[in-house]
This record gives sequence, structure tokens and C-alpha cells, in this order.
Amino acid sequence: MAREIKAEAIVEKIFQLILKASFELRRDVLNAILLAAERETGLARKNLEIIADNAYFAYERKKPLCQDTGVVEVFLEIGQGVILPSEPLKDLVEKAVKMAFKEGALRASVVNDPLFERKNTGDSCPAVVDCELVPGERLRVLVMLKGAGSENTSFLRMLSPAVGIRGLKEVILKRLYERIPYACPPVIIGVAVGGTFDTVARAAKKTLFEPVGRRNSSLGLGRLEEEILNEVNSWGIGPQALGGKTTALAVHFRALPSHIASLPMAVCLSCHSLRTAEAEF
Amino acid sequence: MKKIITPLSVETVEILKAGDEVLLSGEVFTLRDRTHALIYDLIKRGKKPPFNFKGAVVFYAGPVFAPDRQTVVAIGPTTSKRMDIFTPSFLKLGVRGMIGKGPRGDKVIEAIKENKAVYFAAPGGVAAFLSRFIKKADLISYPDLGPEAVYRLEIEDFPLVVAIDSDGQSIFSQWGKPHLTEENS
Repeated sequence: MAREIKAEAIVEKIFQLILKASFELRRDVLNAILLAAERETGLARKNLEIIADNAYFAYERKKPLCQDTGVVEVFLEIGQGVILPSEPLKDLVEKAVKMAFKEGALRASVVNDPLFERKNTGDSCPAVVDCELVPGERLRVLVMLKGAGSENTSFLRMLSPAVGIRGLKEVILKRLYERIPYACPPVIIGVAVGGTFDTVARAAKKTLFEPVGRRNSSLGLGRLEEEILNEVNSWGIGPQALGGKTTALAVHFRALPSHIASLPMAVCLSCHSLRTAEAEF
Repeated sequence: MKKIITPLSVETVEILKAGDEVLLSGEVFTLRDRTHALIYDLIKRGKKPPFNFKGAVVFYAGPVFAPDRQTVVAIGPTTSKRMDIFTPSFLKLGVRGMIGKGPRGDKVIEAIKENKAVYFAAPGGVAAFLSRFIKKADLISYPDLGPEAVYRLEIEDFPLVVAIDSDGQSIFSQWGKPHLTEENS
């Protein structure tokens, strides 16, 4: 039996998710901030308390957590038993984006052309729409608003398998050290290894939807997450890069099967204002 | 906690030390990537910048307005490093204070020392919180750029930290290093 999902329902849901992501800090992120604040003193503690204060204030007043509401990215996991409306999905997503940015008075931050004109499109479109077919009759919608501050610090490398686990870890740490200060720490670090040039970046980004602090079920990857997190938090960069013990809230590691000659590696950084929301039909 | 008011004098700037917490009041001007480039071009052609640079404080930010286009509902610093190539010329022409987030390059630190300027860090990603300290916003120039336009903001007790002081001391230079083997260090 196939299941039909109406266009209006999809638009309405994405509209709501964009506003939710923009106004409500994820509970797992807020909890991690509050816990970290208890371990800090002085300016580091104050900066974490400001982040919590901002979250409550934004929620109550329906104001954006961060002025940079980014490029809207919508990941659709489409059950193969679902019948979608005939309108292009991209049009439905962008209808929701336009409505949400108007309703929420969110900042239009997209330019039409990256090199020559760089004219603001005025409505935060085009959005990024990613579709994946999955078994079943459900439609899962994941929305991410990602600002440029942390997106600009993300990185991808095509490594040689010869670097080994230790080499991989060092390449990651070296770049994190250089880039985290610009990414609005405390950051959430999404790492993916394996796959291909394109799939590794997407996998790294999608780890940011997972609950902050949940360890990978593979003992090896879980240990790498812990080691990277501990090392990053030993540097003293701290909240807002103004010093402290809390430089990262979590590291999420994913591994994908890859070519015999490849070890692609992507790290997607999120600022503390991790804005995602999801729903399922 | 030091309370200071714009425009900034050399004397005011000289008492500020890296790590000091400051509450800033007065007027500041928003500047971002595009307006830095456009104003840099004006200056090179011998024209005047769109606001008085003398003692001015610039804020690397693109505010979000309520539908009334007057009230700022969200504002916060953007990454300052992207402005680094323009900063020394702006400081030379009188800009004395900058508000942004994240470290600056060596050439900017040198220019801060030479021109007796100061770089403040504002907390990033807390735009609703920071909107409380904005009293008024006026569009100054480049309206076509939307959030990237130049706005004059009236701020009151805006919370900042002195990140790089007029002696070139930086709050960002005190971190530990990653533990790397030779081939990666």
C-alpha cells in the first residue's frame, strides 16, 4: 500500500521546522551548555550563561538565536512507498522558506551568484534540497540552518589510507586547532571518513542532527570521538575563543565503506547555536 | 567593568587592556565584506567614506530588522578575519575601534599598535541577547545590500571584551598546542 502526502502538509511542516530551528535551541545542546557552565569559572562561565540566556530570550520572544540564519538545507528521507505531490519538491521547500523568512523576520543571507554579481536574493532562496530514497512508507524531513561562520571553517581532505588512524587523527586535530577559534565555540564537530569526495561531506554534515554527546556504537569510533573531544578541550580556546575548558561540546564520528585506494575525510563544524529541527510524516 | 563611550580617543583606548570587560555606549557603524571593499575603493579614489572615521567604532555585523524596518531583533558579530586585508588602511584613516569575533592576523595587530586602536570581541551566536543593547538603527549607505548595508547603531552598555589592546596584546595568544607527531606538526 502506498501512502500519499499532500503538498500543503509538506510546506506547512517545513515552514514550522525552519521557525523552530531558528527560535528554539535544541534541548540537548542547551543541556550540554548548562553542564559545561557548571565546570567553568569567570569569563568562560559568563559566556556560557549568555548562550543559555539567549536561548530562553529567543524562545520567549520568538527572535532568532543567531542573526545568521544561513542557507536553509532540507534533507528529505523519502520512503519508497510514499506518493509525493506532483509539484517539484524544490518549489515546495522554497515556498516554505519564503514564508518562514517573512513570518519570522529572518535575515536573507543568500546571494544569486558567488563570483560576479553577488546580489542578495532577498528571500533566502535558493535553498539546498537533498533527497534520499529509503525503504518504507514514511517521509522524514530534516531542516538545518547553518551560518557561514562555522560553515567556512569546515574542511575536506582526500587522504591516503597509509596515514592510518593516528595520522588521520592528527590531520583532524591540526585543522581543528586552526579553525575552531573562528567558528563560535563551543563547537559541535561532525566527522566522516570513507565514502567518496561528495558522500563524505554530506555524511559529516548529517551527523549534526544526532543528539549531542551520544557516542558511536562502534567502540573504535566511539573512542576516537572521545580522544578528539578531550584533546580539543585541553587547548583552552574556550567559549567564544576567549579562554576556558569548553571548546567543543561533542564529536560525532561516522565511517563509510570506501575505495581500496581512498580515505576521504570531512569535518563539518557547527557553532554552539546548532539549529536543526526534524519531523516525520 | 569599564564603561566607555564612542567616539574613542587615544587616551580612552590606552587604558584598555586585553581581557578587560567593557560596556560600550554611543554610536557604532556596521561594516561587512562588501562595504569594506566598496569603501576601500572610495578611499583609493580619494573620496570620503560614508561616515566620519575619526575615533569611530565599526561593528562587523549584519543586523536583522523587525517588519517595521527600524527595530533590530537580532544582531551579532561576524568573523573578523575576513576584513583583515582592509583593516590597516581603515585604522590609518582614523577608525579606532572594531567589534567582531575571532582572532586577527599579524598585520592587523601591528596596525592596531601603530594607530593606537582596539579590537573588541562580542559574543557570537547570541543575537537575541545582544539586540537588547541596540537603541536605534539608521541606514547610512548602500541600501541595496540589505543586511550588508552600512547602518549607524546607537548602543547602550553593549557587553564586550578587549581582545587586542593598543599595545598589541591579544587574548587569543594564550592557548595550548595540539600534540602532534613531526610529520603533521
